[in-house]
Amino acid sequence: METAASPTSQTGTAASAAMLPTEWRDFFTLTKPRVMTLVIFTAICGVLAAPGSIHPVLGFTAILAISMGAGGSAALNHWWEADLDAGMKRTMNRPLPGGRMRREDARDFGIFLSGVSIVLMGVAIDWLAAALLLVAVIYYAVIYTMWLKPRTPQNIVIGGGAGAFPPLIGWVAVTGEITAMPVLLFAIIFFWTPPHFWALALFVQSDYAKVGIPMLPVVAGEKVTRRQIWWYTVALAPIAIAPWVIGGTSWIYGMTAATLSALFLLLAWPVGRRSRTDDDKMLPEKKLFKFSIYYLFALFAALVADRVAAYQGWIA
Amino acid sequence: MTPEEETEYRRRRKSRNWVVAGALLFFVILFYAITIVRIGDA
Repeated sequence: METAASPTSQTGTAASAAMLPTEWRDFFTLTKPRVMTLVIFTAICGVLAAPGSIHPVLGFTAILAISMGAGGSAALNHWWEADLDAGMKRTMNRPLPGGRMRREDARDFGIFLSGVSIVLMGVAIDWLAAALLLVAVIYYAVIYTMWLKPRTPQNIVIGGGAGAFPPLIGWVAVTGEITAMPVLLFAIIFFWTPPHFWALALFVQSDYAKVGIPMLPVVAGEKVTRRQIWWYTVALAPIAIAPWVIGGTSWIYGMTAATLSALFLLLAWPVGRRSRTDDDKMLPEKKLFKFSIYYLFALFAALVADRVAAYQGWIA
Repeated sequence: MTPEEETEYRRRRKSRNWVVAGALLFFVILFYAITIVRIGDA
């Protein structure tokens, strides 16, 4: 089946792209470097917070492999969505819709980078971690990008799963096994993504509707989106505290998670309850979005701090 | 291809070659380091 986003269709400037070799910077852009910062940060936290130790060279290699896998699947996302990107202001200047790269080059680069990342993880670190990395790449590039994103308004929830893999893989790279703790780290990012993204979607007008992507605020309306923001935040709170409850961390993480989650709930409450007024500046939504970023960084930083404190013998 | 395009073609190819060379060198050093660590473990 050929869809609007199908790679068999051509962007208008493809011919000019074939004239000159693509700049290496455009290949770098395909990896979505800004999204990568969160991937790298959470992967580092997964590696550092896991029990046991890993040689710094191997720890670095694990984080590099996770980043390369994320970059490769991002390049595949660029390849598949080139036509959609061409129709949206925010993305129309990306390397493919901008006509600076041939479509098949983006696809080959994505496959190569993903493949190398999985082999690197398997050969140098651990094959279970490599298998998880393979699942993460397929999940983002195929299940999310190609299949579910254009079909369901719950696409943000599903996409959150892709962003949730890095700490899980980082943890498994150190321990070699999947236990409750890394699964909880996965769940934290999974449940954090909807309130984070939908808060942004409420105050930033996107062009998704124009290109036929069914985003929740457009398809189901603002009221439903606000309700879902609230309920995902409610679900997130116990999951965030769970690592402490099951004895995976000390009070350092536990108190931080409880405090941050209480603040998150406090900020999500007005967003979930209110409705837009004339000349609305959307301050509660902006506040919630900003806080959600601090929330995730602080939560994972607390996890690492907790592990360091335990390692140093400062806490039991 | 105009002379300007040819100059641009060469510049882009050259910069890409440098990046590829740098990446290859990086991975040679990385695999060497991984091997040393792995041998040490064994």
